[in-house]
Amino acid sequence: MPSTHDWINDPVGVVEGMFAASQSNPSSGWEARAVEFFKDRLKEKDAHTLVPSLNDIPMHYLKPNSLVKFRCFIQDMFDPEFYMGVYETVDPATQAKTLRCGKYKDVTECGVDFNSKNTVTAERQTFYCVPIPGENPWVKERYANSSQARVVPSTSYVPSRQKRSYEEDDDMDTQPQKQREAHAGPQSPTEHHGNGDCKRQETEAPSSQMTSASHLDLNFPLPGEKGPSCLVKVYEDWDSFKLNDMLEVYGILSVSPALSALADEKDASSNLLDPTESMETAEEQRVHCPPASLVPRLHMLYAKQLQHNNPLLPSAATSEDNSAFLASTLSEMPSVREELLAYLTHVLLGDALAAEYLILHLISNVYVRRDVLPLGKFTLNMSGCPTVASYTERLYQIIQQLVPSSHYLGMSLQNMNQIRLVPKKDYVANRLVSGALQLAKNTSLYLDETQLEQGQLDTTGVRNVTALGNLISWQKVDYDFNYHQMEFPCNINVLIASEGRSLLPSDCQIHLQTQVAPSHLEEYLSTMHMLSQASSQLNKFRIYLSVARLLDYSISDEVTKSVEDDFVDMRKDDPQSISAEDLHRMLVVARLLSLSQGQTSLSRDSWLRAKHIEALRRSRMEQHKCVNGNEP
Amino acid sequence: MSSPASTPGGRKRGRNTNPPTRKFPTLPPNEVDMSSPLMYGTPSSRIEGTPRSGVRGTPARQRPDLGSVRKAPQVDLHSEPPSADGAVASESNAGQRLVIWGTDVNVGTCKEKFQRFLQRFVDPTSTEDENAGLDLNEPLYMQKLEEVQFLLRNINVSPLVPQISSFDAELYRQLTCYPQEVIPTFDMAVNELFFERFPDSFLEYQIQVRPYNAVKTKSMRSLNPEDIDQLITISGMVIRTSQLIPEMQEAFFQCQVCAYSTRVEVDRGRIAEPAVCRHCNTTHSLALIHNRSVFSDKQMIKIQESPEDMPAGQTPHTTIVYAHNDLVDKVQPGDRVNITGIYRAVPMRVNPRQSNVKSVYKTHIDAIHFRKTDEKRLHGLDEEAEQKLFTEDRVQTLKELAAKPDVYERLSSALAPSIYEHEDIKKGILLQLFGGTRKDFSQTGRGNFRAEVNILLCGDPGTSKSQLLQYVYNLVPRGQYTSGKGSSAVGLTAYVMKDPETRQLVLQTGALVLSDNGICCIDEFDKMSDNTRSVLHEVMEQQTLSIAKAGIICQLNARTAVLAAANPVESQWNPKKTTIENIQLPHTLLSRFDLIFLMLDPQDEAYDRRLAHHLVSLYYQTEEQMEEEFLDMAVLKDYIAYARTYINPRLSEEASQALIEAYVDMRKIGSGRGMVSAYPRQLESLIRLAEAHAKVRFSEKVETIDVEEAKRLHREALKQSATDPRTGFVDISILTTGMSATARKRKEEVTQALKKLIQAKGKTPAMKYQQLLDDLRGQSETAITKELFDEALRALADEDYLTVTGKTVRLLA
Repeated sequence: MPSTHDWINDPVGVVEGMFAASQSNPSSGWEARAVEFFKDRLKEKDAHTLVPSLNDIPMHYLKPNSLVKFRCFIQDMFDPEFYMGVYETVDPATQAKTLRCGKYKDVTECGVDFNSKNTVTAERQTFYCVPIPGENPWVKERYANSSQARVVPSTSYVPSRQKRSYEEDDDMDTQPQKQREAHAGPQSPTEHHGNGDCKRQETEAPSSQMTSASHLDLNFPLPGEKGPSCLVKVYEDWDSFKLNDMLEVYGILSVSPALSALADEKDASSNLLDPTESMETAEEQRVHCPPASLVPRLHMLYAKQLQHNNPLLPSAATSEDNSAFLASTLSEMPSVREELLAYLTHVLLGDALAAEYLILHLISNVYVRRDVLPLGKFTLNMSGCPTVASYTERLYQIIQQLVPSSHYLGMSLQNMNQIRLVPKKDYVANRLVSGALQLAKNTSLYLDETQLEQGQLDTTGVRNVTALGNLISWQKVDYDFNYHQMEFPCNINVLIASEGRSLLPSDCQIHLQTQVAPSHLEEYLSTMHMLSQASSQLNKFRIYLSVARLLDYSISDEVTKSVEDDFVDMRKDDPQSISAEDLHRMLVVARLLSLSQGQTSLSRDSWLRAKHIEALRRSRMEQHKCVNGNEP
Repeated sequence: MSSPASTPGGRKRGRNTNPPTRKFPTLPPNEVDMSSPLMYGTPSSRIEGTPRSGVRGTPARQRPDLGSVRKAPQVDLHSEPPSADGAVASESNAGQRLVIWGTDVNVGTCKEKFQRFLQRFVDPTSTEDENAGLDLNEPLYMQKLEEVQFLLRNINVSPLVPQISSFDAELYRQLTCYPQEVIPTFDMAVNELFFERFPDSFLEYQIQVRPYNAVKTKSMRSLNPEDIDQLITISGMVIRTSQLIPEMQEAFFQCQVCAYSTRVEVDRGRIAEPAVCRHCNTTHSLALIHNRSVFSDKQMIKIQESPEDMPAGQTPHTTIVYAHNDLVDKVQPGDRVNITGIYRAVPMRVNPRQSNVKSVYKTHIDAIHFRKTDEKRLHGLDEEAEQKLFTEDRVQTLKELAAKPDVYERLSSALAPSIYEHEDIKKGILLQLFGGTRKDFSQTGRGNFRAEVNILLCGDPGTSKSQLLQYVYNLVPRGQYTSGKGSSAVGLTAYVMKDPETRQLVLQTGALVLSDNGICCIDEFDKMSDNTRSVLHEVMEQQTLSIAKAGIICQLNARTAVLAAANPVESQWNPKKTTIENIQLPHTLLSRFDLIFLMLDPQDEAYDRRLAHHLVSLYYQTEEQMEEEFLDMAVLKDYIAYARTYINPRLSEEASQALIEAYVDMRKIGSGRGMVSAYPRQLESLIRLAEAHAKVRFSEKVETIDVEEAKRLHREALKQSATDPRTGFVDISILTTGMSATARKRKEEVTQALKKLIQAKGKTPAMKYQQLLDDLRGQSETAITKELFDEALRALADEDYLTVTGKTVRLLA
């Protein structure tokens, strides 16, 4: 059996060894065994941390054809392709024929005999994967730190790899630049963080690779994202993967320059000679066969669907581990909750009720769909946000520190009219052009409506607002396929910060009641302490929020009964006081409230408490209505 | 010169191991049997000079769809002897049992069989539109050949593959497995037959056979390496077509020195330029003459999976299709097509300069036949296009389900299980999903009778109307969902737009046309502008849309059922007002709805309890528990699709009697009080509902129970929507004239009272409005609302008795 060193550094060798061994025994099912072998290896304790990750190690440090891992998000799925699974080569000198394995490879050895009857055509699928959109810096850093992979810079590495011309002669560049400026305002909180705190491990590595990559339009869902994107070749079970899945892919890295050479040469000469290839447009060519140095190929050996991307939680390799971990945190949850509540109350200018609702929002999760109805979503509209001292942005920074992935969308008129929210199929390049609503599950989307000013929404703007509305009410995004629309369910936590009631629908609206006088607000905010990046308290919060989402939940029969009784009683007193919709909301609040306390079933107390805070919230809204007559 | 397709001798290929690498051994020219029937589409068969009649005289057009892409390198026959099976087959039975190398196709037998098929095939049950006007009891294809002879133009014979399959299974197998070899044989067969029968006819080109609808219909997703080089049919949507590409088939070279000319056939995309002139022996003197070379048309078409075939959460696949010659420009982007063709995989080009190649094949389909599935959208019926294939098992399950006595209740409770109760509304929507039977009265001048059931839901906000609409929209294949607030008349009907590429004016259809044969869900119906709503008048009764804009005048079919939801004007339903007053929709539109339901909060304890239970259980039951309770959505979908396609119930005698009685009863109710309580429209609604109910039972006959249920449902809906709040009676005139009969009577009384009051006041030319109202109130024993008073004033103003200006009322004359 190969040693650790071998299977990470030379997985191709391992595969080929198995292939060769299988030749004497054709029915050995070597393919399944090869996959099994890598799966077993990775199950070993900490073995997965030894595999270098594309996410945190620059590509030029990685050895081609070695095993790497990639934490990614399926942005697009290309058409399946047929390749030579087994082929025969002829040595030009000796005429000796050798059978070779074409699996997990992009290019063949020299001297392929196309007429051999031993050739086996096989099928594989290509996914276009990008790093998880909106993944926050602390997550990236934490994952990078936990990796034990040691990489030695390859000797062939020359710092100025990129030719100057690539960056300069690009006239198109001005366009994206402008767009980026448009986002600059709302983007800034992210940027500050990203640059300030995230220290790369290989600081000396110039980020030239990253910047030049952006010229190629790597199709990231969110503007201003960085990181490698990858063409992942999938060999089995590709039907089990879905668009927008989060994956941890273990595979063989292929950056063979031959791939780019093939692409270049095609442009240059051979259009006339080969009519089939000239049919593909240049755009399509660029998208489907980008230079391997910018978009490496990854031949998947094993992939893990990620339930979450919180590095502080065990990656749920085995469910027993996970449940042990859950049990250990469960007992601490009430106390952590108290701390978090205190912290958020402080952040929300002393409003404890709003803080309570914010916690519920942060742990909400669409856990099931009943025909078209998504259950468990809890879109919160926090109205009454002060507009001074960029409070809403500050709030986002806090949230960014707490959740693994998030995105800030300033709903300024300009933004709404310009940004592409809904992914759209580009038939010329044959790819799905991403939009800001193509997000992984449980991403926090923060809509800042305080940025909205009076003006006119154009067609794009109206469509964007409709898309946001659909997202909030049905948790789905209708991707634009030009001739038809296709519905993709999603699971995104939407938080709307606004002054008055939001123009978008929401499950729950809470009006912020600040305990701070407006004159002191500026001062208060400047003294508002942010938790330091790595503080153990912050980590506790992060674990708490992710765990609460993973818990199971049930309602016992007695509680069901009492809830029903309650509902009937309430309606008896005043039928207008509570509608079916209110009951829906109360049930969600009760569910989240229980989970936030680490209770996996609804208790009578939690139900009463849910009723209580709902009553408080409603009375606050009534009050607010009286004060502010023009509120709808 | 060698032509790969013209080598009928032995050749072989590893069928199971490497389909794409076929071998075409080059035989020395003298070995090629020039008289071989497979000399197909090569220059030798293009006999120039004066056309004669007969097979040989009519030029065959090249069929690049069958063999244009021959990428496999040549194999030296002598270095690699043919494998045992092929060689044995062809050598041992030399002459007698010659088969095409690599296949088991014997040209002679195959030809004979196909000719027999053409001569004998009769399909009395044919429903193909192409066969209109042909005698179904005569051999089908012989008639077609006669047509060719008669019109003296080229009609390509397109046999339906299932027909071949039912005629001769062996022939069918060969056709699907070796289309590249068998179709040319078919071509020969048909041409020989044609010229045998009509020896004197002259055709521009030989007839070509284009089989379609391969039995092995595949979805794009299930294509796999085993399908390579086989005849397949896939369905999809055209998303892009390329420009026409002239593809050189034969290069014409002329010597610059002695003007000697030579032709070189393109071989695998390459032209071997002759280095030496054979005539004058000058080297490198030959130049390519473009306009004497032979080109064929070619077009690249991209097909995308149709959205219905796709698993959730995945992106649609695309496939490249090449169309040649005749088929170029047959389809446009946006068309739904069924393509029959040969699936090909081509290895990446071998480049001598490069040592290794990409190990990926390029795949495409060489189209042989296109069939648009939505071609007849604009005219005629297209039940057949809608046809969904059901497996035997599925049909069995559906029939079992239909046999259950409570199937109606079962299905209605399976509809939107997350929405609580509203049983009758769900039943109504269920009947809407099935629809009535389509009847054609165009002969008698009335046009089509509407078969679709229109439903309006009105009620308090937050009674899950939108949710119900969303559910229906997700359930039906051709559903559209729009919101009244956001849609304009144009968005609903059709608009004319300039195509950016062709600069032609094209008609873009809107939601109503798109949901032809489906259901158009319109939310916030009340928020629609009057202009937009007026469009619906035509759609909801005549089921057509007339358009006259930008030089395009046409009538589109919009046989769509409308499911609309409306909110009351005063945010909360006012039980003291009629439906019309509550939702403020014109009664002309309301009368076009078969069923109008109110979704109100019943405010009753037992209901509340059940509702609470239902909601709470939503939150704790697991997926499996829920599924046990209700039918699967997929089953429901299939059930509806099956019933819509195959079941066309007709009224039975008793049912007709029952309907007549019901109608007479309905009219009687009102006659006692001197008002009309039912109109023919209500009778039509009843018929539709009864038919739909029969469809639910998979019954071909409408029986009394269907009528009973239709009556019940109709009455329920009326009870809700047409009850006069003043009298408590059901009054159909609320819906048909917008006002209940009692209300009209009351108005009349008040007007008279007011007139009397004014007359009693004597000669006072001007009165205060408020004063007059107070006086009238003081005089009358019943309460007089301000609205009633205003109406009375208006009525008097109409009589030119008085005018109202601001707060003063002036008498005229």
